[in-house]
Amino acid sequence: MSRTAPIPDDGPLLRLAHAVHDGFVLAGRHLTHLGRTPEKIVTGTLTPAVIAVALGYLFDGVVTVGAVPDYTAFIMPGVLAQVALYGIGTTALGVVADLDNGITDRFRSLPISRSSVLVGHTLADLVVTAVNLVLVALVGFAIGWRIDAPAAHVLAALGLLLLFGYAMLWVGVLLGLALRTPDTVNSVSGLVLVVFSFLSTSFIPVEALPSGVAQVAAWNPVTALVTAVRDLLGGPGGVVAADPPLPVEHPLPVLFAAVALVLVVAVPIGTRAHHRAAAR
Amino acid sequence: MEHDVEAEHLVKRFGEHTAVRDVSLRVPAGSVLGLLGPNGAGKTTTVRMLATLVEPDSGTARVAGLDVVADARRVRRHIGLTGQYATVDGLLTGRQNLVLLGRLLRLGRRGAARRAAELLERFQLTQAADRPVGTYSGGMRRRLDLATCLIGEPRVIFLDEPTTGLDPTSRVLLWQTIREQVAAGTTILLTTQYLEEADQLSDHIVVIDRGRVIAEGTPDQLKDSVGREQVEIRLADPGHAETAAAVLRRQGGEPALEQGGRRVTATLSGNLPMISRVTADLAEAGVAVTEVTLRRPSLDEVFFQLTGATAQSTGPAPRKEQA
Ligand SMILES: Nc1ncnc2c1ncn2[C@@H]1O[C@H](COP(=O)(O)OP(=O)(O)OP(=O)(O)O)[C@@H](O)[C@H]1O
Ligand SMILES: [Mg+2]
Repeated sequence: MSRTAPIPDDGPLLRLAHAVHDGFVLAGRHLTHLGRTPEKIVTGTLTPAVIAVALGYLFDGVVTVGAVPDYTAFIMPGVLAQVALYGIGTTALGVVADLDNGITDRFRSLPISRSSVLVGHTLADLVVTAVNLVLVALVGFAIGWRIDAPAAHVLAALGLLLLFGYAMLWVGVLLGLALRTPDTVNSVSGLVLVVFSFLSTSFIPVEALPSGVAQVAAWNPVTALVTAVRDLLGGPGGVVAADPPLPVEHPLPVLFAAVALVLVVAVPIGTRAHHRAAAR
Repeated sequence: MEHDVEAEHLVKRFGEHTAVRDVSLRVPAGSVLGLLGPNGAGKTTTVRMLATLVEPDSGTARVAGLDVVADARRVRRHIGLTGQYATVDGLLTGRQNLVLLGRLLRLGRRGAARRAAELLERFQLTQAADRPVGTYSGGMRRRLDLATCLIGEPRVIFLDEPTTGLDPTSRVLLWQTIREQVAAGTTILLTTQYLEEADQLSDHIVVIDRGRVIAEGTPDQLKDSVGREQVEIRLADPGHAETAAAVLRRQGGEPALEQGGRRVTATLSGNLPMISRVTADLAEAGVAVTEVTLRRPSLDEVFFQLTGATAQSTGPAPRKEQA
């Protein structure tokens, strides 16, 4: 039974098909984990939900920010973008935990493609991001957020959030491989979340920011994401400036370019670094 | 002879530290090689190189006829690995672990489920199949570990300390499974700290210490290499101890008196002819003997002698000569 005949090498297409198949099988492993520890999903919704309630419900009507008429509708895309940013930490922690686990050796001793372990990991975490987006949107509805847009636009907005979210998961891969301990991952990913979220137009319209900060905020990819989602959901853009910065005027190309750049850099580097880290 | 594992002068460094200095070994197809060595000898590192998990810094290795570096991907189709530390997923159930790996080995959803059920049955895990592995006992975990590396019916299996931490019953059960696997034609390389285990399972043993091969051979050859048997004479009358000692000394031994002269022991070479000369001489000298025993050195003693010689202060202390 054990004298196997030599197996011919697979062609590139078959290999890609296998890599995708293995990615999905491994994603299933992570989703089974989540089924056993559902509290992990809840933690991803806490920060954004608290921000939504604090800013959208408590502050709404008390403070006027810029020329924004409906502040809750203004910030909800930014709150959802936080959900996508939160994925950085989730994936980074998962990568760190798996590296210390003997099962990584087992996977690496199997005839599967190098990338499938991380592809599986990020696909599973993308499901988590999607669930969190829906949960946080529900919190938004509970505090009075209403969407005034056709279903196709809502789906497109969700698509953009997931696309950006997926790129963030690969940032998480790099972060986990660079830091290697849960403590440092937690503090650094928390910092990244706050900086990228608040140094954008998520909560303050661009013309209300001091001019130096406004430039930085405008080119923050989170601004492109939030602006594009706002446009799709028909919420107030808060853009009254005659001459808005390029990423605010044309958010989609900036967003796609940013996502493409992150993936083109992070996927190969992450895959190689993961291989090297596991080979120790 | 066809070799399923061939390693030539493997070297692996981690930073300043050389984990494996020079290891060469060959495992004929369908046989069991025991890789023996004290803690830190380089056993795990050697196995990880052969299982394509780390690349050697120099030297070459072929597994199933394929180079472990250049052909790593294809090598992986022929190997099964049980690492020293549990290589199963504690959050998944036993069955889920097996199905997951089966699907990654392209058995298909159904094929993987069937194979999982088969292996669970064979390793007596059916009862616990649907509990998370985190709740398993050490022995159950180890059995599952071994089951997972058989899923793809690999040609070569690497077992890194497969029975560490198991009670004697589980150990014997695992040995039995390993023997069945060998009978089915699988080639096995196992590392162990238990000399008895190597003795029981291996066709051939390689002893390594500080990253180097320091001895190799069949278990019998290794015992012979130490070369001498322990002769033990129990006397009816302690008064005859000196006479008995003189007899042993004439055969070239350095006798020791124990238990107030009731027992005289010496290490001698020469097997049975030697023993018959000793008993004849004792009878001639009028020494009343209640028992004469001849004991071959245990593999433990071989091991201590070998590693004691290279380890000096750092290694395990050679066990004191005992009766
Ligand atoms: N990833 C690594 N980084 C640095 N040093 C390592 C690494 N892996 C092993 N070593 C060192 O290499 C040497 C050999 O280790 P190895 O794990 O191969 O020994 P072993 O024979 O398996 O020991 P044990 O019986 O304790 O399992 C040890 O000194 C160990 O500290
Ligand atoms: Mg070891």
